Amino acid sequence: MNINLTIIGQAISFAIFVWFCMRFVWPPVINALEARKKRIADGLADAEAAAADREKATQEASQTMTEAREEAARVLAQAERRAGEIVEEAKVEAEATAERTAARAQAEIEQQEQQARERLRGEVAALAVAGAEAVLRREVDAQAHAKALDEVAGRL
Amino acid sequence: MAATYETGGEYIKHHLVNLTYGQYPDGSWGFAQSAAEAKQMGFWAIHVDSMAWAIGLGALFVGLFARAAKRAHAGVPGGFQNFVEQIIEFIDNTVRDSFTHKNRIIAPLALCSFIWIFLMNLMDLVPVDWVPYLFSLIGVHYMKIVATTDPNVTMGMSLSVFAMMLYYSLKCKGVGGFLGELTLHPFTAKNIVVKVLLIPINFFLEAVALLAKPISHGLRLFGNLYAGEMIFILIALLPLWAQWTLSVPWAIFHVLVITLQAFIFMVLTVVYLNMAHDTAH
Repeated sequence: MNINLTIIGQAISFAIFVWFCMRFVWPPVINALEARKKRIADGLADAEAAAADREKATQEASQTMTEAREEAARVLAQAERRAGEIVEEAKVEAEATAERTAARAQAEIEQQEQQARERLRGEVAALAVAGAEAVLRREVDAQAHAKALDEVAGRL
Repeated sequence: MAATYETGGEYIKHHLVNLTYGQYPDGSWGFAQSAAEAKQMGFWAIHVDSMAWAIGLGALFVGLFARAAKRAHAGVPGGFQNFVEQIIEFIDNTVRDSFTHKNRIIAPLALCSFIWIFLMNLMDLVPVDWVPYLFSLIGVHYMKIVATTDPNVTMGMSLSVFAMMLYYSLKCKGVGGFLGELTLHPFTAKNIVVKVLLIPINFFLEAVALLAKPISHGLRLFGNLYAGEMIFILIALLPLWAQWTLSVPWAIFHVLVITLQAFIFMVLTVVYLNMAHDTAH
């Protein structure tokens, strides 16, 4: 319980240990802690930025998807319309061709009928003349009755 | 162990004497062979056991911590580094909470007081007779292993802190500011004559308050540890079969005491030095 030199010895030791702590223990550890704190903070900031980027990318992707879908729908609609148009055009053309063919056939038929009629008329006339000639050879002068015969032929 | 002593009283006394090196009355130097001799040696003697345990534990502490500090890096810390970092972060937070000025020495000082005192207190948990018995085998008859049960040790530390308080008071407040703090508070007056009359009263109160700080600071630690040690010694006087029923609960409780006392010493160190830095008064 005596107070003696120990008190001074202890004070000196205390001073030395405190100095040692201040010089060799405290700064390296506190610096490491600060550095780690900063590293962790940076890491968290990076993670946040990455999350934001991913969010943005997702949004962009979904927007692109929507646009693509709309484009596809548009192209499909256009193609359908075009197909309808083509079918319609083809139909119209086919109808026109059919009409034209029919008209041509009609014309040909009419022409041939006309020709046939002409020929028939000529033949009937000739036949009538021949018949009349045969009948009248004996009693009528061909020249005198030619006018009447022509009239008959014209009526055919 | 108690059986080797004549009485319980002698056993207790023997456990409370430090291994003292000093000058005999006849002028030669050596170790005191009894409590009376140690007392006779007066101030110019040294407690070899207190100093050796204190310096040994202090060296152990700074050695281990410096090793961890040298390897400290910002990556994932390993076992012991993690432990050291936890302690340092804890001290750092405590200092930040109670020290409002800028001074690079405060945090290392707090760390050093806390861990060093904790280690010295921890020796209290070593059964009281083990180490003294081992030393008695090599002819050393006195051995107190708990340095903080020596008032020289605790007062040596608290007076060092007191010296720092005075230094920073003078440095931060100036001589006039410090003297003003000692003489113009707590009683103040507008009238200059009354003010002068109040100076002795203020000075008396403030001086008592100032001097009470280092004394209570050192003696609080000493008293707690001395009392704890004394109880362990008393328990060791019981019959062998009964000792553990008391020493185990007391040791468990004492774990709290030694940590708390180390913490209190540290916090008071920081608070006192913060007051020394405060200029707004």
